[in-house]
Amino acid sequence: MSSTMVKASTVAAVSFVDEVRSIPGGESIYSCIQCGVCTGSCPTASRWDHPPRQAIAMVRAGLREELLSSNSMWFCASCYTCTVRCPRAIKPADIMHVLEVLAIKDGLSTKRSKTPVMYKTFVDSAKSNGRVYEVGMMLKLFLKTNPFAALKMAPVGLSLLLHKRLPLRPSRIKAREQLKAILDKAGALGGAK
Amino acid sequence: MKYYSYFPGCSAESTASPLGISTPPTAKALDMDLIELDDWNCCGSTPYGSVNKLEAISMALRNLALAEKTGLDLVTSCSNCYVILYEANAHFKESVALREQVNEALAAGNLTYQGGVRVRHLAEVLYNDIGPEAIKAKVSKSLDGLKVASYYGCQLVRPNVEFDDPESPHSLDDLVTSLGAEAISWPLKSRCCGSSLIMSEQDVALGLVSKLLSSAQGNGAQCIITPCPLCQINLDAYQSKVNGKFKTNYDLPVLFPTQLIGIALGISPAELGLNRNIVSPMKVLAPYL
Repeated sequence: MSSTMVKASTVAAVSFVDEVRSIPGGESIYSCIQCGVCTGSCPTASRWDHPPRQAIAMVRAGLREELLSSNSMWFCASCYTCTVRCPRAIKPADIMHVLEVLAIKDGLSTKRSKTPVMYKTFVDSAKSNGRVYEVGMMLKLFLKTNPFAALKMAPVGLSLLLHKRLPLRPSRIKAREQLKAILDKAGALGGAK
Repeated sequence: MKYYSYFPGCSAESTASPLGISTPPTAKALDMDLIELDDWNCCGSTPYGSVNKLEAISMALRNLALAEKTGLDLVTSCSNCYVILYEANAHFKESVALREQVNEALAAGNLTYQGGVRVRHLAEVLYNDIGPEAIKAKVSKSLDGLKVASYYGCQLVRPNVEFDDPESPHSLDDLVTSLGAEAISWPLKSRCCGSSLIMSEQDVALGLVSKLLSSAQGNGAQCIITPCPLCQINLDAYQSKVNGKFKTNYDLPVLFPTQLIGIALGISPAELGLNRNIVSPMKVLAPYL
């Protein structure tokens, strides 16, 4: 507890909350009154190391590494119930997405959840084809996480295939070079402010 | 005829193909001309916004830069694309700094965006631009006696709350009623299905899907409609997994609104992709086909 309090008063504490505020979606975090409506509304909160209200408190307390390496925000299913109920309009779901960005940027994302790997696999697919190729993405996800899980998923995959819902070739946009140039430039600009 | 720029989204081409197939014929029957946005790209979805914000917003706004040239509203049938494109547009309009960065990125692809596109969800367009009364007037096969659970999912009604009540929405129920069917009352109609956690945290998502199926069936639904591709996949393609995990025996068809409306308008099952729904809706719909 005492170490927590010491950390909270350091310069790093200020920079974590300002870091979150500087990214689209995180701007209003200072308005949080810790009422807990977000946690009470969250359909997956029981699985979070630090549920939404606590996660927001930790941002303001500067507990950067502890929070970013937790499984917390990776359980956000983006249902936005917290967001429409929040009496201070701070957009908790958007804050969770900002925490995900920071966790990936600094290589802190947890291995206890498969969600970070899934997200990165999705993004790789979307960037290279201009559209998401779900079959390829799912196969890569299973190879990177748990190849045996693919066997358990086979019945679902097979029924999607039999109902013509799993094309075996990716859909690609024509302007892949243009998209790449745009994304490379966005990447070089170093993140949204 | 009403004209729109149309953004199908990636899943309408694959795992949610019943949506991609049923949208054009149903829209056409309602005098809507959906003109597919040429060479649209993936909206980036939730994952990209959780990996790199500026790249994600730039990817989403490439589509809006293309749509701006058409001068039409951009309509998407996918709830996730809707939120991603809508929010990227909102961020762009709110922040001068972001506007400059995005346009610097877009310029690398010889594009520019002024912020002039209105992003809309197909369900909202059906409700506001066409309307239940006009749809009712075009119904050739009334779905009299069919009990339907309208499942809104999350992203049609949240975080953007302009269209409908975020916790107790009614728009889809009104559309169902306009077809002659009965919109059953049930408490979970805008609760979360777990979305893409079905891939990464399957036990969590299956638990949420189980509650939805239980509530819909327990309140008398013979089928469910949902406008969201992720919700449809979770409730339809994973229904057998739910049955296995929770020792249940749900056999509840899950349709897209464009499929149900299409049936009432007399469009053939093949044109609506009804053979692509995993839990077959043919038995429940037989009296109306």
